[in-house]
Formats: sequence, C-alpha cells, structure tokens
Amino acid sequence: MIGGLFIYNHKGEVLISRVYRDDIGRNAVDAFRVNVIHARQQVRSPVTNIARTSFFHVKRSNIWLAAVTKQNVNAAMVFEFLYKMCDVMTAYFGKISEENIKNNFVLIYELLDEILDFGYPQNSETGALKTFITQQGIKGQVSTKEEQSQITSQVTGQIGWRREGIKYRRNELFLDVLESVNLLMSPQGQVLSAHVSGRVVMKSYLSGMPECKFGMNDKIVIDKQGKGGASDDAGKSSGKQSIAIDDCTFHQCVRLSKFDSERSISFIPPDGEYELMRYRTTKDIILPFRVIPLVREVGRTKLEVKVVIKSNFKPSLLAQKIEVRIPTPLNTSGVQVICMKGKAKYKASENAIVWKIKRMAGMKESQISAEIELLPTNDKKKWARPPISMNFEVPFSPSVSKGPHLEGLGFKFNVGAHAKTPL
Amino acid sequence: MTDSKYFTTTKKGEIFELKAELNSDKKEKKKEAVKKVIASMTVGKDVSALFPDVVNCMQTDNLELKKLVYLYLMNYAKSQPDMAIMAVNTFVKDCEDPNPLIRALAVRTMGCIRVDKITEYLCEPLRKCLKDEDPYVRKTAAVCVAKLHDINAQLVEDQGFLDTLKDLISDSNPMVVANAVAALSEIAESHPNSNLLDLNPQTINKLLTALNECTEWGQIFILDCLANYTPRDDRESQSICERVTPRLSHANSAVVLSAVKVLMKFMEMLPKDLDYYGTLLKKLAPPLVTLLSAEPELQYVALRNINLIVQRRPEILKHEMKVFFVKYNDPIYVKLEKLDIMIRLASQANIAQVLAELKEYATEVDVDFVRKAVRAIGRCAIKVEQSAERCVSTLLDLIQTKVNYVVQEAIVVIKDIFRKYPNKYESVIATLCENLDSLDEPEARAAMIWIVGEYAERIDNADELLESFLEGFHDESTQVQLQLLTAIVKLFLKKPTETQELVQQVLSLATQDSDNPDLRDRGYIYWRLLSTDPVAAKEVVLAEKPLISEETDLIEPTLLEELICHIGTLASVYHKPPSAFVEGSRGVQHKRLPGSTLTPSHRRPVLSALPVDNLFFFVCSSTIQLGGDIGGNPAMGAAFGAAPATMPASFNAPGSGGLDDLFDLGGGVGMPMGALNPPKAVWLPAMKAKGLEISGVFVRRAGVIQMEMTLTNKAMSVMTDFAIQFNRNSFGLAPAGPLQILTPLSPNQSIEPLNNLQVAVKNNIDVFYFSCQYPISMLFVEDGKMERQVFLATWKDIPNDNESQFQIKDCHLNSDAASNKLQSSNIFTIAKRTVEGQDMLYQSMKLTNGIWVLAELRVQAGNPNYTISLKCRAPEVSQCVFQNYEAVLKN
Repeated sequence: MIGGLFIYNHKGEVLISRVYRDDIGRNAVDAFRVNVIHARQQVRSPVTNIARTSFFHVKRSNIWLAAVTKQNVNAAMVFEFLYKMCDVMTAYFGKISEENIKNNFVLIYELLDEILDFGYPQNSETGALKTFITQQGIKGQVSTKEEQSQITSQVTGQIGWRREGIKYRRNELFLDVLESVNLLMSPQGQVLSAHVSGRVVMKSYLSGMPECKFGMNDKIVIDKQGKGGASDDAGKSSGKQSIAIDDCTFHQCVRLSKFDSERSISFIPPDGEYELMRYRTTKDIILPFRVIPLVREVGRTKLEVKVVIKSNFKPSLLAQKIEVRIPTPLNTSGVQVICMKGKAKYKASENAIVWKIKRMAGMKESQISAEIELLPTNDKKKWARPPISMNFEVPFSPSVSKGPHLEGLGFKFNVGAHAKTPL
Repeated sequence: MTDSKYFTTTKKGEIFELKAELNSDKKEKKKEAVKKVIASMTVGKDVSALFPDVVNCMQTDNLELKKLVYLYLMNYAKSQPDMAIMAVNTFVKDCEDPNPLIRALAVRTMGCIRVDKITEYLCEPLRKCLKDEDPYVRKTAAVCVAKLHDINAQLVEDQGFLDTLKDLISDSNPMVVANAVAALSEIAESHPNSNLLDLNPQTINKLLTALNECTEWGQIFILDCLANYTPRDDRESQSICERVTPRLSHANSAVVLSAVKVLMKFMEMLPKDLDYYGTLLKKLAPPLVTLLSAEPELQYVALRNINLIVQRRPEILKHEMKVFFVKYNDPIYVKLEKLDIMIRLASQANIAQVLAELKEYATEVDVDFVRKAVRAIGRCAIKVEQSAERCVSTLLDLIQTKVNYVVQEAIVVIKDIFRKYPNKYESVIATLCENLDSLDEPEARAAMIWIVGEYAERIDNADELLESFLEGFHDESTQVQLQLLTAIVKLFLKKPTETQELVQQVLSLATQDSDNPDLRDRGYIYWRLLSTDPVAAKEVVLAEKPLISEETDLIEPTLLEELICHIGTLASVYHKPPSAFVEGSRGVQHKRLPGSTLTPSHRRPVLSALPVDNLFFFVCSSTIQLGGDIGGNPAMGAAFGAAPATMPASFNAPGSGGLDDLFDLGGGVGMPMGALNPPKAVWLPAMKAKGLEISGVFVRRAGVIQMEMTLTNKAMSVMTDFAIQFNRNSFGLAPAGPLQILTPLSPNQSIEPLNNLQVAVKNNIDVFYFSCQYPISMLFVEDGKMERQVFLATWKDIPNDNESQFQIKDCHLNSDAASNKLQSSNIFTIAKRTVEGQDMLYQSMKLTNGIWVLAELRVQAGNPNYTISLKCRAPEVSQCVFQNYEAVLKN
C-alpha cells in the first residue's frame, strides 16, 4: 500500500510530507526531487522506480503530488487516490497552489490522517469529511452523542457521500450535459476516428435522503452484449433511429447492480455538484462544425493561414460563444488578421490566434485569414503544428436532444445543457 | 492569519524559543508553537529535541492540537522510545473516550508508533476497539491489526487478533468488512502458506454482498482479494463473474481494472463454448476503451495493462484499433504505449490504416517516438506478411527524408525484414547503400554491414563499401567490428578471387592489432577455418539462418499469466513479477491462472529485453560453444531454438542444445565443487571425431580454473600433434598453455592430462570442435570478498533494474552452514543481520573478468525456502549465479 505521500512546490521544496510505512525513509523525499523534479528531460513516465522505491506523481499547476511505495500496490488505485486528494483539497480551500497549501498545512495533515490509514484509502467524500474535519478544533467536545454517532455511521455507511438532515426551502436539481467530440482526421481530410465523450454533471439541492431515478428511453442502446441485441430490435421495429452508447460509467452513488439488471439509474445524490455519469459513443456522430484550414508558407519568414468553418446542424439551432484557437509558430513576430464575422486577436503569450463569434446559425459558413510574420531562426526543430481547437455551446446538443429522459420524483427540474466541442 | 508563515522561520535559537512557547500557559500560544514544530518537521529540520515539551501538550481537549501532537509522535517516537512511553497513558485513556472519533484516533495513532514497549500496551485497547459498538472505531481497529503485525507478527498471533479480524469479515458494516479484508490480505502475503484468508463459498458470498455497499476503495480491496480465490467449478466461476461485471461501469478506474482482473482470471475456468463466455468477452472491451478517456496517468496504467490483456486474449480488442491512435496532446508516455498496442493489434484487416498512422508518427518531433514508430513499421512487415511490401516502400519513403535518425532506424528494421523474407526485397539494397555515409550509430552501421556481407554477391562494389568501413576499424564499436569481420569473410567466401587482400587485412586487424578478446578469438577461428578447411568454413559462415519469429517481443507465457493475476498493480505497469521489485517476503509468491498448464520450469528470464547480441553472450556465458554460429549474424537470438538442427554435420556439439540445455544447468552442471572431484562427462564422442573421445570436467583448484580432460583414442591409428583453441566467450577464458600430450596416443590408450580449460582440439587427423558447459562457480575468484563499505555503496549504486530475485526451495541448512558451504565456492559472506527471525546474509563474489556479483540471501528459521536477490552490473549472469547457489546449497 501507499507508504508515504509528499507534496512539493515547483522548486522541489517539500510542503507536506506524511509517511505511513516504516519502509519509506526521509531519503525518499530527496530521491524524488533529484530524479524527477530536477531531472533535465521531460517526464517520461508517471511511475518512477528509484532505488527499489516506486513513485507515482501527478502535477497540478506548479504543485507535485507524489505517492511512494515499496510494495506491489494497485497502481490505478494510487492515481485515483491522488486525483481524489486534489478534489478534496480543492473542495476545502480552492485552487491547489503553494500559497494555499502552506496556509492549510495543518488541515492537509488532518485530512491525510483521515483519508489514508496505513496507506489504505478510507472514505474520501468531501460531503462526509466536512462534517467532522472542520478546523474548528473544539467541535469534538461540543457535539452531542447522537451527532457523533451520526457522523461515524455516515463515514462508514453505505451512503458515505451524503449527510442526513439536509433541508432546502426550494428543492432544485440542475443537470448539465457536457459533450466533447474527439476527432482524428488524416491529412487528406478523411475522418479516421471520432467519438463523443459526454459527462452528465448534476447540481442537486434536495432535502432529506431523496431517491432519484433516471430511466433510459428505448432509443438508447448500450452496446453491451446480452441487452444490446434485444433493444436494438425494439429500436428498429418502432422505426426510430436509435442512439448507441458504447459504454458508460457512474458516480459511486449509482446502484450499479440495478443498472445492470434493470437499466435504470437509481441513486441518492450527494449534495451540491458532482459528476453523475460519463458516456462514450462512436456511432453516427454528426459533426456540428467543419473546420477547413489552409496553410501556405511564403518564404522563410512568412506564413499565410486561412481557416473556414461551416456549421453543420439544423438552421433553426444556434451555436453560441464560439471560440476558435489557431496555433502559431513560436517564432511569430507579428500577425495581421481579417475575419468576416466576430473578433479575432493574436495572443502572443498563448501562441495562438483566438477568433470569437457570438453566435452562428446552422448551415452557415465563415472564414478568417491571417498573415503571420516569422523571425528567422536557426532552430532546426520543426514546428509541431498543433491542431486547431474549437469550443462552443448549443442549448441542445445533437446527441442529447435525443438523449436520456428524466423521471424525477415530483421535483421541479431545471435543465440546462450545453456542449463543448474541441476539434 | 495565515499558516504559511510557519514555513519561513529560520532564526537562530529557534528551538530554544519554541521550547519556551510550548511550555507557555496560553493555549493559543501552545498551539501556534506546535504548528511551527510540525512545519519545521515537514521541511526536514530535526526537531526531536523538543520531544518532552511536545508530548506535554498531548493532554488537551483541543482535537486539532491533539492531532498535531500525534503527528509529531508518529515521526519521532522511534528515536525516543523511552520518552514515548509517556504518551501511553493518554492513548489508553483516549481509547475509552465516549467520542468514537477520539477512540478511533487513539487506536489509529498508537498503531503508527513503532516502539516495542508501546505495542504491549496497545493490545488491550485494540482488543476492545475491535469489538467496539461504533463501526468507525472497528474499521480503524481492523487496519491497526495490520500495523501491529508489521511491528510484531508473533504478538498478533499470540493475542488471537487474527481470529477477531476474520470475524470482522462477517461484520454488518461494509467498510469494516473492506478494511478487514485489506488487513487480512496484507498479513496473508507475508505468510504464504498460512491459509489466513480462508476463502470459501460462504465468505466469498459475504464479500460479494459487501462489494455492492462499500466505498470505491473498499470495492478495490475486495476485488483484489477475490482475485486470489480459485472457484471450485465453472458454475461458481460464472456466478462470481456475473456479480462482478456491474463494477465495470464504476467511475473509479481502479475498481474497473480490479474487476477486469477478476474476470480475466475466472474466465479461464469457463468452458469456451459457453454462451456466457462469449458475452463476457464482449463486455470487457467497452470499459477498457473508456479507461482511455481518463486522466493521462491512469491512461498510462490502463495501456500497460491492455498490453498484457491483448497478449493473453487478442480477441477482446481486435476491433478497437482506432482508439489507440495517438492524439496530438497525449503525453509522450501515453504515445509510446499506444504504439506498442497498435502493433499488437495490427492484422491484415487494419494494416493499411495502421501504416498510414505510423507514417505520420515518423514525421513527428519527439525523437524516441519517431524511432519507435519506424521500428513499428518494421514489426508490422514481419507480423503481417501481406503488408510487407507496403511497409518496405514506406520505409524507403522515410529514408528519402534523409532525417538522420529515421534513416538509421529504418536500416535496422529492414535488416530484420530481409531475414524474414529472404530473396524478396533485396532490390532496395541500392537505395540503402546511398545512405552509407550518414550512418553514425553503431547499430545502424552494424546492420548495414550485415546487409552488405549477406548479399555481397548482388552488390557489385561490396568490396569497396566494406573497405571504406575498414579504414577506421579501430574507432568502431565492438558490434561494428565483429560485423565487419564476419561480413568480409562472407564476401571472401563468395568472391574469393578479388578479395583475398581485404580478408587478410581484416584478419590481421582483428587478431593482431586489437586487444578485444572477442574480436581476436573470432578472427583466429575464421583464420583457422579458412586456412584448414574452406569448405567447412563456407558451411559455417554461410549457413542458412533460421527465419526470425514474428513476435519476438511477446512476454513469456508464464510471466504473462502471472502478470494477468496482477492486473492494475505496479507489477502490471513494470511488466515484471512483484518479486523483481518488492523487498522481503511479500509478493515473492508467484501467482498463476487457474487451470494453467504451464509449469514453473517453463519460466525463463525475459530475453526479449536484451539486445540480440547480448543474448548470444548470455548463452555463451555458460556454454562455451563453438558450433553455434560463427557467422555471428546480428539476429542470432532466433537461431538458438533450432541450433542443433541447423548445425553442419561435421561439427560436433554434444550438449550445445541452446537455450533449453542452458537453463537446465541446475541439474546437469551444478556439480559439487570444492574438494570433491566431480565425474567427467563425455564431450566429444568417438564416433563423431574419427576415434578421438574426449570427456572432461571443469574444476577450480588453488585459484586456477582447470578443465580436466580425458582423451581416449578409440581409433586404430596413433594420434599426435594435439593442439587446442577456444571460441570467444563472455568471461574471456583462454588456454593458459599449449595442450601437452608428450607421447603419441596409441589406440585404446587413455591419458588424463591435468590441463586448463579448452575447446577446439586438433590432432594429426583433423580439427574437432565441441562445446562443453562449465559451472559458473569456476569463475569465482578467491579475492571475491568485498569491503563492507564498498558493498553498501555498490549495492546502492547498481540500478534496481539489474536486480533479480530467486527462490531456493527445500533447503534445510541454517544460515551459518549455508554461509560455510558457499564460502568453499568462493562466495563470501560479508555481513549478517537478523531481523524478526530472518537471517539476511550479504554476500559477494567476483568473476574472473572482474564482474562483481552482490547477493542478499534471506533465510527464515524453519522455512526451507530461501530468497536470494542478486545485483550485478551485468545482470545476464544472475540466472547462472542463482543456479550455482542452488547447486551448492543442495549438495
């Protein structure tokens, strides 16, 4: 299991060091700094073995989190734990930065004592943790016996993510569907692979211990053998187009065995914001936009770029807050842009031209052209030509408008959805 | 008020000030001081001098302060055991506190204080807490048993805590169950045969029930534990699988991977024709693909595991090639892993797409990635025959880019393609030759030279090309020199007329001007072959080479099976068994899939990791082998399996069966050493050597390696003019003096000269070649005892990758007897340490060629299985050294 957990700043100074196992010594702290943080070359692996000790690390802005072990631990679990640790810290004090960590080091030690025991992760749901790790010290004495047993039963109980006795004057539930289309195109413009990964993010402000249940409508086919076949027939017989979901994963509050047997998503939600489910689909992806770039090198110091975007959805729908990022070479000295619609600006610090359009209806087209002046360099390294990315929102995204229907239990729903589609 | 200020105090006399503050009457000031102490501790300052003052703050009703003091205690108690006792009372008192959070805190912290005297006091509170009414306390106490076991295993057994822990598996609270499972699994790992985790259908059922209810982490503990269970039959196996599959939809990737592990393992027990088997296979693909949308670090873990899964069950992901296409913003470690999987999944159906992708990658920026992509194209050619032509033309396109490292990499893989498809693509040689000048890496130069030599008859100016390399012969690396020597000899055998001068030049360069023994020996052998029997030389040097296999990089089957049992863990990330990187007795046990037919004797070191030429040396390190392949072609590795069959008939090589023989060394060669005189083995039977029979044995006497041979003349005529020569070998063994047989050997006369180690024997009739194996202990020199300090430094200095761990079974010596026994074979014990009834012997030995081998031998009283870890800068010898240990100890 995890033998120790260290947090470093970007210089490699230790901010937090907690050792859980006897086989991890103080020298492990230095070994990681010397071999990974101060290493000359780029990080070649998130798992490093130094002197028979394995280091797992993740980086959040300038901060390094490293878990250390000498045993054959569950590697996936260690990384999941590190991410969780970041989530918990963010929930307690916001952004993970050197300043915040130093300011909250006592709290972090307290958290580390609670969520990792002898290297075994324990309940790490912030909802539950916040009931008894409060940084108010005295609370242990003040609370009554009932309160105490309520805390412990929640921390160890089946519903560790929600405390009892939550009350709201208005019960509200918000649901966001965030989709990103990942697209791989050949240089000839042929789509090699495309998939949509979607996230259903909920914000719930509900009283008591509410049972929520989502049904999947019969248009959705989960591509898992045994069930896929039957529903597929149903979809065909009703003459409707079915939506095939390749796979989905759920927040730990969802009863997985129930989903497996009844295909209903039933759960008692955590309070506040959480990611209920993720899904992935590859079939019949209609690309909402087409982006056509043209790059011409005019001599060694000049580059001409032209990008055309075409919206590829129903004219009645409206895409909003469109942002196209066109990367520029590192040795760019100046850029002149002309765009038909919206505003475009060269941002030197980001090495990109950012083109923003407020809204655009379906089946329309727009273009931007830019002249990029380059400084002559001796640098032999090629420009890696990063891809153009694009973000936008559509009130109802193409796949969700046909998506899951919601069966609340008499609650008022407030549904908003938007899609983010980087290309 | 911000706490970051505590990190900045660097004043002198700080400790003194802190002392005063800690003893202050004001609670706030006390707390501030403790915070400062913890901050100092974090950045690595030694604040142990404040121990009594900090412990004095323990008696407080402020929970935050209490936790800080506990944190300090956990860090420093070990260095101040006597003072730590002061804390015991508070702990015992806290364990009775009405607040369950405080009870749990006390029992959790006590377990982390590794002081023997404290553990005694821990037992009673722990016993109570294990039966506490509050589940929070019980789940903390369960982990505490594992902590205590780590400090004092005997105490835990004597106090009966293990039984209490087992009872907790039936606890009503799922988290208590999960922690009890985790604790028991850990304890069971250090007692492989204890049957602690008595898994039976009833307990399994309890675990499966808890699985649905506990936290994500608890689910991981339970699934990892389930994976160790072997179901009684296929029905039980199926029912467990059915209950585990819903976990594949969990948001936590570790839960998914652990579920995959259970399913992959239990699937082995299901009949293949069962409907459910097919269903299960199909269910596995989507979650594995979904793992690739996780954060990059997890993607990396997932990809390393997918690499194993596709080797074991390629059918699961065979249609998912596209998801492994590299994305622009993938971190480099993800890109490199994806590339590996793309090659594994490449098939006739998708090869066009794969090749198009690989060609793109070959123009990327990262050098390692580009190289790997070029290599991948070559591997595709070898794997999918139909694509070979397209691959070759892609490689030619890449060569046209003239990007230096791309060209070199391409030439290395084209050499392999030539070997796989002989007489098919040689038309491209001309293009390759154009790039001769740009090659600056040894591997590429060696590959090019091999190509020129191998196809000398088709290259008009082969002699000119090789001659041009010859100019800077002494500046080349050994790899290139050896290749050049062989290539010119090949050229000479093909075009003897024009190249006589050239061959003489290279032979004299290799034999007279070089001080590299490998090169010299190869040179001499060619020389002798060419001067005595050109026909034989042709047969040897131009022997037909066996085809190289498609998947040389597959993980060896027993290792793969073991790694499948470790899906999700570090072992699956490193692709090494846990014993290779875990210290102590944990993880040494090798896990196997149910119903596996592979026996541990199939276990071999992972050869694919070694460069091919090293493999050759590796084999030779214990088999002095003349017949093998004097041609020394660079793709030697593949030739070994079939070595005896492809060897020309005139060469006698009893006992040179290649790999298999080599790894059976333990039985055959690990002969008694020291004063005992081992029996001789027949090395060269009379019927193969025109009546000369040679039998012999290797021994080490008085610091000299000796090869004792008995030469028997079974022919009708007298034999005279004996001489002897060795082929090059890893340890540079060479005859110390000429073979002295003073009297002619009359028929049926047998002499027994005490002579030094040798291999090729010539007499008046002919030259006979044979090989014989010698035990590696021969090579251990008498001054192999290392200084303690040097040992420590060297042990640290040698990279961990070079360490290998083995187990010696059924050995009933105590550590002293073992040490004495080993000493007689020049294995010296430098230090001995006893930890928890386990004796650790630190030993060193030195080989004749100056290679040091360091060993750590662990002997547990009453346990007949020893564990040995070997560290050496030349890790290839470890296997042989281990076998020698086994032979010496068991004798």
